[in-house]
Amino acid sequence: MHARAPRAASLARDGLSVLIAILTLALVAVVVLVVSAPLRSAMRRAPGSSAASRGTRAVARAELEAALEATELEAAREAKYREIRDAELDFRTGKLSREDYDAIDGELRAEAIEILNRLEQGER
Amino acid sequence: MAGLGRVCLLLALAVCLYGIGASLYGVRTGRVEFSASGRRAVYALAGVLTVAFAVLEIAFLRNDFAFNTVADTSSRTTPALYRAAAVWSSQEGSLLLWAWLLSLWASLALFLVRRRLREVASYATAVLLGLAGFFVALMIFYASPFETTSPTPVEGAGLDPLLRFPTMVIHPPMLYSGYTLCTIPLAFGVGALLARKVDADWIKTIRRFAFAAWLFLGVGILLGARWSYAELGWGGYWGWDAVENASLMPWLTGTAFLHSLMIQEKRGMLKVWNISLVLATGTLAVMGTFLVRSGVLNSIHAFGGATLGVPFVVLIAVLVAGSVYLVVSRREMLRSQHRLDSLLSREAIFIANNVVLVGLCFVIFWGTYFPLISEALSGHEASVGPPWFDRYTVPLALVLVLLSGIGPVIAWRRATLANARRNFSLPLGFALATLVALLAAGVAQKPFAIAMFCCAAFVLGSVGQEFFRGARARGAMTGEAGPLALLSLVRRNRRRYGGYIVHLGIAVLFVGVAASSSFQHASELGLSPGQSTRVGAYTVRYVRPTATITPKYDRAHTGSTLSLGAVLDVSKRGHHVATLQPSEGFYASGGGQGSVGSLIGGQPVSHVSMDGGVTRDVWSAIAPNIEAPALKRIVEAGNRTLSPEEAIVAIGVLARTYLKHPPQAQFHLIVSPLVMWIWIGGLIVFGGGLIAIWPAPSAVRRRVAVRARSRAARGLARA
Amino acid sequence: MNPARKRTARLVVALSAAVVLASALIYTSFSAASPALSPSQLVRQVQPGRSYQLTGTVVPNSVHREGPTLDFSVEDRAGGTAIPVAYTGTVPDPFREGREVIVTVERHGGRYVGERNSLITKCPSKFKTAPPSEKQNY
Repeated sequence: MHARAPRAASLARDGLSVLIAILTLALVAVVVLVVSAPLRSAMRRAPGSSAASRGTRAVARAELEAALEATELEAAREAKYREIRDAELDFRTGKLSREDYDAIDGELRAEAIEILNRLEQGER
Repeated sequence: MAGLGRVCLLLALAVCLYGIGASLYGVRTGRVEFSASGRRAVYALAGVLTVAFAVLEIAFLRNDFAFNTVADTSSRTTPALYRAAAVWSSQEGSLLLWAWLLSLWASLALFLVRRRLREVASYATAVLLGLAGFFVALMIFYASPFETTSPTPVEGAGLDPLLRFPTMVIHPPMLYSGYTLCTIPLAFGVGALLARKVDADWIKTIRRFAFAAWLFLGVGILLGARWSYAELGWGGYWGWDAVENASLMPWLTGTAFLHSLMIQEKRGMLKVWNISLVLATGTLAVMGTFLVRSGVLNSIHAFGGATLGVPFVVLIAVLVAGSVYLVVSRREMLRSQHRLDSLLSREAIFIANNVVLVGLCFVIFWGTYFPLISEALSGHEASVGPPWFDRYTVPLALVLVLLSGIGPVIAWRRATLANARRNFSLPLGFALATLVALLAAGVAQKPFAIAMFCCAAFVLGSVGQEFFRGARARGAMTGEAGPLALLSLVRRNRRRYGGYIVHLGIAVLFVGVAASSSFQHASELGLSPGQSTRVGAYTVRYVRPTATITPKYDRAHTGSTLSLGAVLDVSKRGHHVATLQPSEGFYASGGGQGSVGSLIGGQPVSHVSMDGGVTRDVWSAIAPNIEAPALKRIVEAGNRTLSPEEAIVAIGVLARTYLKHPPQAQFHLIVSPLVMWIWIGGLIVFGGGLIAIWPAPSAVRRRVAVRARSRAARGLARA
Repeated sequence: MNPARKRTARLVVALSAAVVLASALIYTSFSAASPALSPSQLVRQVQPGRSYQLTGTVVPNSVHREGPTLDFSVEDRAGGTAIPVAYTGTVPDPFREGREVIVTVERHGGRYVGERNSLITKCPSKFKTAPPSEKQNY
């Protein structure tokens, strides 16, 4: 009786170690797959670094920068619209006088138009 | 299973190092795929740490005492809920919680900006992985949660009964979420400085993260205060303890940042100030974590060995030095585009608010770290107590509340004096009326409390006036009826009106603080059954003693062997108000005090009993005299004659003896007015904050955008 | 005054005010602070009327309660000089013999009186009053 019990226990322990080893390998594999996915897809799209693919990469990067500038301008535009609305609310709740409001409103509108123009230029 | 956990930590460190390299390489060479890979490293880190955390949680729930940390902080008799929470009651477990939460929040943040802020986000990724890597390295080299002992102990030491309260389950995760969220604006701030890009998109993004940090940290702090008040035996909610202060400091700078960011957005000013605030908030959050971990300051919370102190000091030194260097080297890019137009403007009020908040933070910082400072300067360690803190924070808090009432009533850029005078008359009227009412009621001897009540009345007046006028203006524009106009007003101007609600909540909270500190009646005395005492306007009578023994199947899940208490009858002018049942639970120790003594010789825990109300709380705690001669004789006799298995019989005798011949017990009784308003105020603050940050539905945004564009064009045509 | 000069003047005034306030704060902190001393240090340096933060461990078998007053002795962490303290006020739950405490005391006559509600007991880092009583081979 005594001889069997420790052997069963040690078999269970070995089984657990094997399970842990398998889980570990699986985890490492998943991590490597997830982390390297963008690198692998980039390699698929542009194998090697010939002049042509470098040119494509430069074009892609320019497009990316244009898109980034567009998001920045859109954020600036939203902020400016909010300012215009805030100024109007300030006026209507009696915190700004008519003259002050007209002056500030004009300034903000001009700034907004400038942002809109730059956005349209980017689109073209 | 501990092996899996250890592997996870090593893998996590490897992922951190790879991610830092990939992100930096990606941003320096412009190769987007490497930046993307670096971002995915953060996701992978979150996954790996989730596995590690799950391994630890499962070990706790399964009572796997091979794990040292499980054996040290849990036991078979610890209820399941507290076994799950015991993960973060230890040094190692809380390091893992911190790293795990950081990886989760960082993944969310980077996922949300995956299509924008490319360069800034890549640098931010590197910073976040660096911080996470630091904590993972601490776990691998200094304090691993996955250390095991063989042979496996059969039973663990059990969770400290002081921590067996429901708040233990939520306060640390909330607080740690707040701390880790503070590092995300820090990372994006560093990223913006490195990428030399501080613009509208960055502002919009960082505001969201800063707000999330502010919200979670604030909730964590309030929960800590509530835990202290409702579940610990001293009856207070704030003690200027080092660890409490450490969590408040980043919250103060975060609040300052949320305000001054608006100025940067509108006028392009205060860029250096804002970036410094962001960096300071993140650094203070790391310092707060350090305080709790290192035991360098005396605090009721401080635990953890001195071994962690040195790495943390190095990290903080790196953060501070790096921040200073970045700000100084980029100061050209941080020049203001405009200047302050007028002192009578909302910008000026916001700047004043920032000054007060940073001033508060400085006072608290100085007082908290004073033991270290005095030791460094004079060789003697000395500390300042709550009276010193109160002396400086109370006036600053008054000014803060006052400013929060002035701000909503003043316009941006420049307000006209005539308008201002007209707008202030109602709030001032409220304040004066309050002053008169309080003086008439005869409470003149507490000037600071009176001042706070008047300031709060001022805030109430100005916020109320804003809502009323805004609804009226909207109704005039759109023809909507009153309540509907109010609703749509708030919906279309969430940031403004949500902010006003936050200010109202802060005022309410401080009313509660002022009233409960200045007008409290407390009493500490010994009572025998039948005796009564007066506390404030209430009479408290000790009706009879109570004694409960934990049955075999502990339904109350407290795990205490013996619980002695009292039934108290609270009445006012002869009318019964409440019945309170405070008690003290005596827990088992591991052994060494005799067979009977060990059953009750462990950590005693006070269970307070209170009657909460809108106008006041009646709070009670009891310290029964377990060392009374009659009881001591029973314990000693039991130790001599009973074996550990039979010892529980003596506990029954103890309980019966206590009920029949109760010795005088020490009672701590407090009547605190308006305490409930502290928690109500907190809820209002967080509700208002949520309203402020809630994104407007995209349909509304599009309508607004289209209309604004056409109006802008019309304006240009007019000009 | 032109706007630039006005702005500089404002800045100078604000900064000076900040410096003055900060100095006041720093100065009062040194005079309001209580030095932290162990029992052996306190015995050598004590001056009547000044308050001190006494840090040490509670001596076993020294804890007695007489009505509202709790009497106990505090000794150096390494053992040695023990100082008896008469304390009134809240006693934190973790307080017991052998635990590290911090209590603000003043010397009155020949006795050390603990300041009301100033007793702090250090939370033990690991809740372990004794090793588990049973160990079994797995």
